[in-house]
Amino acid sequence: MSTISDPPSGSFQLSMLINDTRYRSYTFQFIALILLILAFAYLGYNLLANLQAAGLNISYQFLGEPAGYDINQTLIPYTSQSTHWQASLVGVLNTLLVAFLGCLMATVIGVVVGVLRLSDNWLVRQLMSVYVEIFRNVPVLIWILIIMAVFIAVLPQPRDFRGDDPEATMFLNAFAFTGRGFYSPAPIFGPGSGAVIAVFLASIAGIFAFRNYAKKALYERGQLIPTFWPSVAIFFIPAIIAYFIFGRPITLEYPELRGFNFQGGIFMRNSLIALWFALSIYTAAFIAENVRAGILAVSKGQTEAAASLGLRPGRIMNLVVLPQALRVIIPPLISQYLNLTKNSSLAIAVGYMDLTGTLGGITLNQTGRAIEAIFLLMLFYLAISLAISAIMNVYNNAVKLKER
Amino acid sequence: MKKLAILGAMTVAGLSAGVASAATLDDVKARGKLNCGVTTGLVGFAAPNANGEWEGFDVGVCRAVAAAVLGDPTAVEFVPTTGKTRFTALASGEIDMLARNTTWTFSRDVDLGFEFVGINYYDGQGFMVPKELGVSSAKELDGATVCIQTGTTTELNLADFFRANNISYEPVPIETNAEAQPLYLEGACDVYTTDASGLAATRAAFENPSEHVVLPEIISKEPLGPLVRHGDNQWGDIVRWTLNALIAAEELGVTSANVAEMSASAGSNPEINRLLGTEGTLGEMLGLEADWAKKAIMAGGNYGELFEKNIGENTPIGLARGLNAQWTEGGLLYSPPFR
Amino acid sequence: MSDTHAQTVAFVRDTMLPEQPPPASEAGVIKWMRENLFKGWFNSILTIVALYFIFKIVTGAYPWFANGIWTTSSLAECREMLDGMTGACFSVLTERWNQLLFGFTYPPEAYWRPTLAFVLLIVAIAPVLYPKAPRQLLVFTGIYPFVAYWLIWGGTLLAPLMILAGLIAGYFAFKQFERQSFAMGMLAGLVAAIVVIWAGGIIPASLPDALALQAVQSRDLGGFMLNMILGTVCVSLSLPLGILLALGRQSSMPIIKWICVIFIEFIRGVPLITLLFVANVVLAYFFPPGSNIDLVLRVIIMITMFSAAYIAEVIRGGLAALPRGQYEAADSLGLDYAQATRLIIMPQALKISIPGIVNVAVGLFKDTTLVSVISMFDLVGMIRGPILASTEWNGVYWELWGFAVFLFFIVCFSISKYSQWLERQLATDHR
Repeated sequence: MSTISDPPSGSFQLSMLINDTRYRSYTFQFIALILLILAFAYLGYNLLANLQAAGLNISYQFLGEPAGYDINQTLIPYTSQSTHWQASLVGVLNTLLVAFLGCLMATVIGVVVGVLRLSDNWLVRQLMSVYVEIFRNVPVLIWILIIMAVFIAVLPQPRDFRGDDPEATMFLNAFAFTGRGFYSPAPIFGPGSGAVIAVFLASIAGIFAFRNYAKKALYERGQLIPTFWPSVAIFFIPAIIAYFIFGRPITLEYPELRGFNFQGGIFMRNSLIALWFALSIYTAAFIAENVRAGILAVSKGQTEAAASLGLRPGRIMNLVVLPQALRVIIPPLISQYLNLTKNSSLAIAVGYMDLTGTLGGITLNQTGRAIEAIFLLMLFYLAISLAISAIMNVYNNAVKLKER
Repeated sequence: MKKLAILGAMTVAGLSAGVASAATLDDVKARGKLNCGVTTGLVGFAAPNANGEWEGFDVGVCRAVAAAVLGDPTAVEFVPTTGKTRFTALASGEIDMLARNTTWTFSRDVDLGFEFVGINYYDGQGFMVPKELGVSSAKELDGATVCIQTGTTTELNLADFFRANNISYEPVPIETNAEAQPLYLEGACDVYTTDASGLAATRAAFENPSEHVVLPEIISKEPLGPLVRHGDNQWGDIVRWTLNALIAAEELGVTSANVAEMSASAGSNPEINRLLGTEGTLGEMLGLEADWAKKAIMAGGNYGELFEKNIGENTPIGLARGLNAQWTEGGLLYSPPFR
Repeated sequence: MSDTHAQTVAFVRDTMLPEQPPPASEAGVIKWMRENLFKGWFNSILTIVALYFIFKIVTGAYPWFANGIWTTSSLAECREMLDGMTGACFSVLTERWNQLLFGFTYPPEAYWRPTLAFVLLIVAIAPVLYPKAPRQLLVFTGIYPFVAYWLIWGGTLLAPLMILAGLIAGYFAFKQFERQSFAMGMLAGLVAAIVVIWAGGIIPASLPDALALQAVQSRDLGGFMLNMILGTVCVSLSLPLGILLALGRQSSMPIIKWICVIFIEFIRGVPLITLLFVANVVLAYFFPPGSNIDLVLRVIIMITMFSAAYIAEVIRGGLAALPRGQYEAADSLGLDYAQATRLIIMPQALKISIPGIVNVAVGLFKDTTLVSVISMFDLVGMIRGPILASTEWNGVYWELWGFAVFLFFIVCFSISKYSQWLERQLATDHR
């Protein structure tokens, strides 16, 4: 605030604590600190009094005790005899899984929609803005529940696949879209499949090397080497050859109706898909707006300048517009990722076993340790948020316009 | 506006905190209403009817306690609770008692610090499946998808049962009974498991109850009863003996129809006299009026009447008395003597 | 010139030709279609795909709407009436209309009260939203919260009146002492308000039936009404809180700054659902033993904290966008911090941040549906719980969810359109 050039002479007086701007800030801070301590003391005292009255204590011992319940989707080994802590870890991984899948799909849809909103095509433009407005303006919880309702009410249940004249049949005899989730064939890696995978990975590295070489050729010798088709060839041909050389070691396991459910293959549970799709299409509507704003933020002159250099529209987009637009797009994009991750806690509405479902749900219910469980739950989400913010700061510093 | 109300409430509460401590009875009397925790909706046990009035077997217990304490069976505020919120609601004092088909277990009694005052329904966990699946025993459920309410003992029993029998299953966790219903009916799960009474109540709400069967296996003991907080023994006694009064009344043949007549003057059976307050000072010992038990019985009838009216064989739920018959008729209901 | 040509050229036009109409492919609808729908093969494919998509949706949805049945009392009856045709059972909406809007325990004879409260809400926020509305309405905006509280929760009118009186007393005390210093004024205002509310509390307590409406418990609120109440109450409460937090975060006093930073970052870092869990199962432990603060109030506290953190960040953006010169100009006029903030900084910062605040408000309103997860019966909770589980309406998904989508879309879309309009109105900078 204002600086006083000529401080009043004389010794310190008590009234200066309020009236002198040099000391007043200390007074205020002191009062704030006291109030804060009082507030915490008051809450803490109440907590202790309430806990004592109810004969409870605060203890994290329950994390080491067997959980006793089963979880339907576990990325790490887990049985009902595992501890509550392991159940929480299962939940953490499930949260991260759906958040990762959601971010991926939301980005793809969001970028496509955002670009299409600026398309020359009037009809497509209108359709895309309808999409954005509808999904932005309705709560994501409703979208999650609607997609879940599609699973429950529209898609056939496994029992409809049964019998001589079933109501539903599998798609290509390999994919089953049921109300309980989607089943697809799973690869089975026999002996020798390691070599095939190694060849495949090597060919991916080869693609990068080839592209680098092409770029070098272009910059140094001005020689234009086509990259697209050779890349496709490198991607497929060695792997396929290796696959046959090693005697077809990778086979597919098809899902098949046995007993109550389909068995075998890869199973994606309805709750995961409902959550994943709903979060993706909801967040994509916001991302689309960010992308659109980012592209619009690149001034028209840049496009025109690039065009006057003779660049083709695709190259203008890739070499001139996008690199500049990304600077505008990425920070809000990352905060959308953060929102998506936080919204994934709505999993509890469809019974997806993320962290809110295990630690904040069943563990809390079974042990009755509400304060402890919710505190841990918040800490975890806070850690994710802080990690994402840190990434964002690093990125922001990296792409900051370097003014010389 | 609201913030001020909070401030006001906190200051008032802060001042009165010293006075109002553990005496739940005084709180209830001062408030003029009993706060009773019930389920969010399970037909027959506790569910709001078309007019928004709560009805059911557990509701009957709440009303009996309200009648015994306040003399008015309608002076109850029903607080719907889920598996997650019920214990916190009770521990934090939001409700005075919980009557939400809650299983009496060691850890809930000892570790969570609650006092189960008795058992109003002896139950066990069962399975319901659609008839068309042709399943006749729970042991045939290998690989089945099972809908299950989270936060209940059924979840743990289920894990134990399937592990003990070495068969696999897919749990689908559900928050409330209401959410489980469409999942089960549309076939998103093959089996629905919860307390057998809850299965019967759920089935009764189906359009075609006869298309579903409850499997014969009962895989657990589920003694359901009302509970209160640890530490307020007087209040615990009131709820315990109100429940016992309802049970004893059936045993002694006191019904809502004849209780007025029987309590008009001391009769020949001294236990009835003591129960109804025409002899002795049982009410005074509890800190209630002499005719507390009479009011409790008048509220909705004795145990048998409550049972028949809400969940008995003549209701859509159609539960037989079974274990819940009086001990004189081969059941487990056994009220300690009123003496 | 023309003379020389007159001999060498057979014909020279010396008048302008009348304008020809452009060729058919370059005019009117055809031109528009060519430029906007069929420009290049890629666009043509897109157009055809889009047209097919629209055609599918319209042909699918039309019979569903057109055959809709509005009068039956159960799903079975409705299916019977439809007799195998495609059609919607909108009768679930008509039959459960009141439950969807007001929840299932709000007293039916009092439905007019929340309805009136929301009609009055429109009147009350008009002067805030539209700068052209008559200024006198602001007085009504000031008393509206008390009227609305009385209408929705019932009880005696004296209780909200006493709190209003307390606030007025506080305001006058503030004015009285403001000349000494802003802090003194605030302190005096606070003391006066508390004293008046405290002392005046006796009046409603002794006259519980004066001007009383039938009292309604908070837990009896439900349906879309609950969403609206939570949305409006929490947004309006979080505005002042958000301003304070934003100022605190910009403050030069480290302790105050760090308190605000930690609060804001903590709240923004956790999902709302965990805060609602706190309201549901933890918060009660932090109140004095024996106090009984009902769930709606606890939820309002947590949602308010949540949105205050977000609003604080928006306002901080507004503060940061103000040119440094504004602060310096205020200093050079000799204004102290409180005066400068109130008279110079905040009016401009708020103006910049209004669109952002509206966005937060829309997000918050959508997030009020999360209370259904903690077993409160808002619109989503009503649909998921009592209605879909009832014997009569088991399985009526699309009509109910469509209705929910429709309601939220109408409200949120109009608010965001308003915000865009306002943004254009406020764009008074020189362009």
